[in-house]
Parts: sequence; structure tokens; C-alpha cells
Amino acid sequence: MSSAQIEIQLIASLVAIACAIPGTFLVLRKMALITDAISHSILPGIVIGFFITHDLSSPLLIILAAASGVITVILVEFIQKTGLVKEDTAIGLVFPALFSIGIILIAQNANDVHLDIDAVLLGELAFAPFDRLILEGADVGPKSLWIIGSILLITLGLLFAFFKELKVSTFDAGLASALGLSPIVMHYGLMTISSITTVGAFDAVGAILVIALMIAPAATAYLLTNDLKKMLLLSVLFGVSSAIGGYWMAHALDTSISGSMTTVLGLVFLFVYLFAPDKGLFSVLYRQKQQRIEVSLLTFLLHLGNHKEEEERHVKHLNEHINWQKVQSKSVLDLALKNNMITIDNDIVSLTNKGKNFTTEAIDYILTNKNSEIENMKDRFFLFRG
Amino acid sequence: MDIQQYIELVFTDYTLRTITLGTAVLGAICGMLGSFAVLRKQSLLGDAISHAALPGIAIAFLIMGTKNSSIFLLGALISGLIGTFWIRGITSKTHLKSDTALGLILSLFFGFGMLLLTYIQKMPNANQAGLESYLFGQAATLLESDVWLMVIVTAISLVILLLFWKELKLLLFDADYTKTLGFNTKFLDILITTFIVIAIVLGLQTVGVVLMSAMLLAPAAAARQWTNNLSVMVILAAIFGAFSGVLGTAISASHNNLSTGPVIVLVAGVFVLVSFIFSPGRGLLFREIRFRKNRNDLQLHKTLSFMYNIAKTHEDIAHPHAIKILNNFQGFTRKSLQKLEDKDYVKISGNMWSMTESGYNTASNLYDQLITEENE
Repeated sequence: MSSAQIEIQLIASLVAIACAIPGTFLVLRKMALITDAISHSILPGIVIGFFITHDLSSPLLIILAAASGVITVILVEFIQKTGLVKEDTAIGLVFPALFSIGIILIAQNANDVHLDIDAVLLGELAFAPFDRLILEGADVGPKSLWIIGSILLITLGLLFAFFKELKVSTFDAGLASALGLSPIVMHYGLMTISSITTVGAFDAVGAILVIALMIAPAATAYLLTNDLKKMLLLSVLFGVSSAIGGYWMAHALDTSISGSMTTVLGLVFLFVYLFAPDKGLFSVLYRQKQQRIEVSLLTFLLHLGNHKEEEERHVKHLNEHINWQKVQSKSVLDLALKNNMITIDNDIVSLTNKGKNFTTEAIDYILTNKNSEIENMKDRFFLFRG
Repeated sequence: MDIQQYIELVFTDYTLRTITLGTAVLGAICGMLGSFAVLRKQSLLGDAISHAALPGIAIAFLIMGTKNSSIFLLGALISGLIGTFWIRGITSKTHLKSDTALGLILSLFFGFGMLLLTYIQKMPNANQAGLESYLFGQAATLLESDVWLMVIVTAISLVILLLFWKELKLLLFDADYTKTLGFNTKFLDILITTFIVIAIVLGLQTVGVVLMSAMLLAPAAAARQWTNNLSVMVILAAIFGAFSGVLGTAISASHNNLSTGPVIVLVAGVFVLVSFIFSPGRGLLFREIRFRKNRNDLQLHKTLSFMYNIAKTHEDIAHPHAIKILNNFQGFTRKSLQKLEDKDYVKISGNMWSMTESGYNTASNLYDQLITEENE
């Protein structure tokens, strides 16, 4: 590995961490799309800053861009407060307008400004190591490493200092204000940090792909845990590993680094989305199927409990009278048998004592509107689940 | 260039005519379908889908090896639909919220599209140049065949909208009721979403990935302010969209270095701003005026009831009192006193005021109203 490669991976990892932390809170606060808006609407800030300084990595640029990010948030909230349109419409109206202003500004001054929209929006990590920071004649490393490093330090400092406040205001804004922790300050603080991070990351990974680094690791982590600290750690982990994995993928395929990083993030998310225990697609589908059979079983047992007549309790009765498919009635019968709820004698089904207890308890819970208790009851009675 | 010259040019110049027609038709279809997106709270779907279409375009190019806008549209449509249904899958099957799902699909698909684009750029194929124009849109690349395609799609979606108007309207405002009536809500849902995706994909070439969401939203959001009636809103949105297209093209064509997409979006933005402020029913200006009027009325009533309380203590209600005694009551000004006199509630002579019969009656009824309201 050359030193440039190490530096690129280091920058990518730092960007990933710096994005994952605010990203986690944004996902939890259902404000993930604000990053989308911010990442687009910083364009006029960047353009104006560039007109003043003619340097893509000057601090003024970052300040102006972050300011236009915060302005976006304020505008969105103002429009939302008027009640004329819904929040998502407000977001969708504000950022394209600001972005258009940015593009027009660039186009108007295209002759004397060398600022490419592609460069701002898409970024190119491969060039990051060439832009060095020279301090008193000594080369101290790539500029973007310093920029994103200091942003990360600030973010981490604020995270540790205000972790409790952030946590409370994220999950219960009412409680937070009752406790005297101003949720509004937290809100705007988070928005400012998000804007600054977006801006700091734009020349490394490009403004649009910052969204991926903010949302995808946090969303992936959210599918795996409900604990805030674990979620933060997991999203940092996913962010960094996808960043490094993406770099090597780009290296192998000779493609854009930020594109590969996002693709790896996407693959990781897809994998977790499909296979996550409890919340993944497959386990949700499996659980729904299980529930369906267990509900059928309960209905069947209640039916048995209500009828003494033999023809109502005949095995054939299931698919002829209750209108169940053959396969379904068979699996319901099998499940009931396996759990010792019924006995089958000459194709006549009758409840066992356990089955009787089960149905009476279930009826009790249903009558007293405690449907949720049935889940616990299933744990007590079932040897095998559906 | 004055307006007359410009209008002449629109009819004679091929490029300008194509672009003007194209953006007008695009604005109309976006406004029409955008109304549904806005009312269904899917405003940002446009943003997500326009980004999600990128890998489709790149894959279409990889397979065909040529630039053909109808193949691109097909590719964009397929990947846009995959994106839409994945968003649906994420929100319905996991506890992730719709904003997260939209952001995820938007950024992940777009990143994958960028990966493919850079991969294509490295290929020894001379045709690849100009694929990026889809990112930011170039109305100048519109051909007459593209405009015809837009017109045909607009006509089809119009027919579909009219055919399923009642069902779509019902679905929009009460999805559960629609389901209980026995309509196939899933089919209707997929139908309208598919057409929204088609409109987005059509617009990509003209206004680009980023600005497409505004194209879809802005005319609908503006139209929403003027009416509470769905059909009026759809028609208004189509008109607003078409006008922003025509005006935006005109402004950008008559200046140097102004790309059409951003100008169209800004014109649409102006429509929204004007509607927000000046619409008579919901607009901010009239709301403020109503608010002030109500406040003034309230002040007036307070003054009147204060006067009534004084006049009540006298046998003759028209007994004159000094204006000075109103001083320890905050709510009166010269102007409001004048207004009370105009309404014939009080008489003012010099420094004295006296209550009239009608003023006394109004004030006592005012008091009664307040009491009955309180009791309720």
C-alpha cells in the first residue's frame, strides 16, 4: 500500500465516522431527508464562498456552506409552520430552488470561475491526497484529512458532552423540555453539525453521496439493535468497513471511489435487510406465516371446544366446512397434534385436557381485551411453533 | 429581443419550438401527476426516483452500447420502479420510516449509478460521452421525437386518470373506505405510482436528476393553495407546470449562460411563492389580514363592553361620560373610538362620549354570547 492509498482510506474512514454519528440521530428523529436537502442546498454557499476566496478548501467556504445548510432547515421549518403544505413537500420545494440558484450562479460566471458542479456534487477521493496542507514549509498531510479530522473531533466532543441531552430530546422531546434541556437547541445543534459534516465531506465523497454515508449505516444498524449506544457503534462500524471495502472495490474495478463505497453500503444494507434476526425481511415474513397458522389453530381449537357433535369434529370438516385449503388444514392439525392439544380417533378430533385449558385461557384473554397476553400464553403452551 | 420577436422565433426556430413544446408538455404532466404525489404525501418520491433511475440508464447503455433515449427511458423506468417498490418494502416490512427508506434508495441507487457511469467512461466506446447530461439535464438535447413521446405519454396518463378518476380520488382521501368498498387498492396504488415514476423519468433529460422533484412538486403545491377541489387542483397544476416550462424556456433562451432546468424550477418556485402569499383562502397575506381584522374586532368589542359596564350603572344609558375615564382601560384608541361612532354604537361630542340605544343592545348581547359560549 502506498502512502496515498493509506491516506485515502484514512480520509474515507474519518468521513464515514463523522457522517455516521449525526446520521444515527437523524434517522431516529425521522429527519433523514434533511441531509438530502442540506447536501444539495449548500451549493449556493459553496459557490459564493468560492467567488470570494477562489479556493475550494478554505474555511470560509465551509462556514458559508454550513450557513446555507442551516438556512435550508430554517426555511423548511418556516414553510412547514405556515401549514400550507406538508413537511416533505416543504423540503422538496426548498432545496431544488437553492440548488438552481447555485447552478445559475456558476453558469453566469463560468468564464472566470473554474468550479465544476460535478466536482462539488460527486467529488473525487482519489485526488484528495494531492491537495496538501503546508504549515511553515512542512508538509503535514492532505488538507481534507485535517478538515474532516477537526470536524470529527468537534462532533465527538459534542456527542460525549451532550449525549444524555441528545438521547432524551430524540426519544421524548416533551420530557426533555420538562427537564429543562432545550430540544430546540439540540435540534439546531444537530442540524448545524450535519451541515458542517456534509460540507466537510463534499470534496472527499461528493455532496450527494454524503447522504448514503449518513443514512445507510444508521438504517442498517437500526435493523439490528434498539440500543442507542450499540446503534452508534454499529453504524460507525458499518460506515468504516464499507468505506474501506468500497475503496478496494474501486481499486479492483477502476471506478469512482465514492460510487463503490455507496455500492458496498447498499450491499451491506440489502444483506441486513433480508437476513437481520427479528427485523429482517425473511424473519418478518416467517413470523407472519407462523402467526397465520397459530391464529388458525386457535380458531380451530375454539371451534372444537364449542361442538360436541361428531360431524363437526371430523377431520374432513376442516377443509369442507371451515373452507380451509388442504395443506393449511393439515399443517394446523399437525401443529395441534405435536403440541398435544388434540387427539385424533377414527378421524374424529377431540380436545385433550391441555387443549381445553388453552382454549379457556385464550377465550378469557380475548373477552377481556388482552390480546397481547396470548403471545405469552403461546410461549407457555407450545412445544412447537407454527 | 422583445417579446414579439421571441414569439415569432418560437414558431420558426426548430430547437426553440421543440424545447418550448417539450417543457410545456413536461410541466403539464408533472403538474397533473404531481398533484397526486403531493396529496398522497409522497412528495419526495420524485427526488428518490429521479436518483434511482440513474443505474437503469447506465445499465441500458451497457447492454445496448448506444445512446437511444427510448431505451434509456425504459431502463430508467425499470430501475425507478424497483426503487419505488423497495421503498414500499422497507416501510411496510421493517420499522424504518419512510424518510429513511427514501434517503436510502436515493443515495444507494445513485451511488451504484455513479459506479456504473465511471465504469462506462473507462470503456473504449466513443458513444459514452454525454451520459452525464442526465445528471443535470439539458433541455437543448430534446428532439421532436422526445416531445412526441411526452405528448403520447401525457395523453395515455390523462385517459387513465379520467378512467379511474373516481377510484383514485377515493383512494387519495380515504384508502380504508376504498378497500371496504371492494376496490383493488393495491392495483390503484401501483397504477398511480407507476405513472408518477413515468413522469419523473420523462423529465430527467430536460431538467436533470436533482431538479426533477421540484418539477413534480412546485406546480402541485402552488395549485393546492387556490382550491380544495381535486379536479380544479389537477387542472391548475397542469397549467402552472406548462407556464413555468414556457416562461423558463423563454427566460433562459433570451439570456446567455442560463441553463433551462434551473430557470424552469425557479419560475415554478415563484409560482409557489406567489400562491403562498396571495391565494385568497389560505395565503399568508390574507390570513394576516384576517388575523388583524379579528384582533381589531376583539379590541372594539372589549372597549364596547367596558363602556357598557359604565353605562349600565346609570339610569339614562345616553348619559355622557368623559373620554378620560377610558384611559385606565388599555384597549381603546382614537381610531377605535371613531370606528365605534361610525357604527353608531356611541356618540362623541368634544371630550365626552355617550352610548346609543343600538350600542347598548349590541353590547348586552355581546355579553350574553360570551356567557353562553363559556357555558358550552
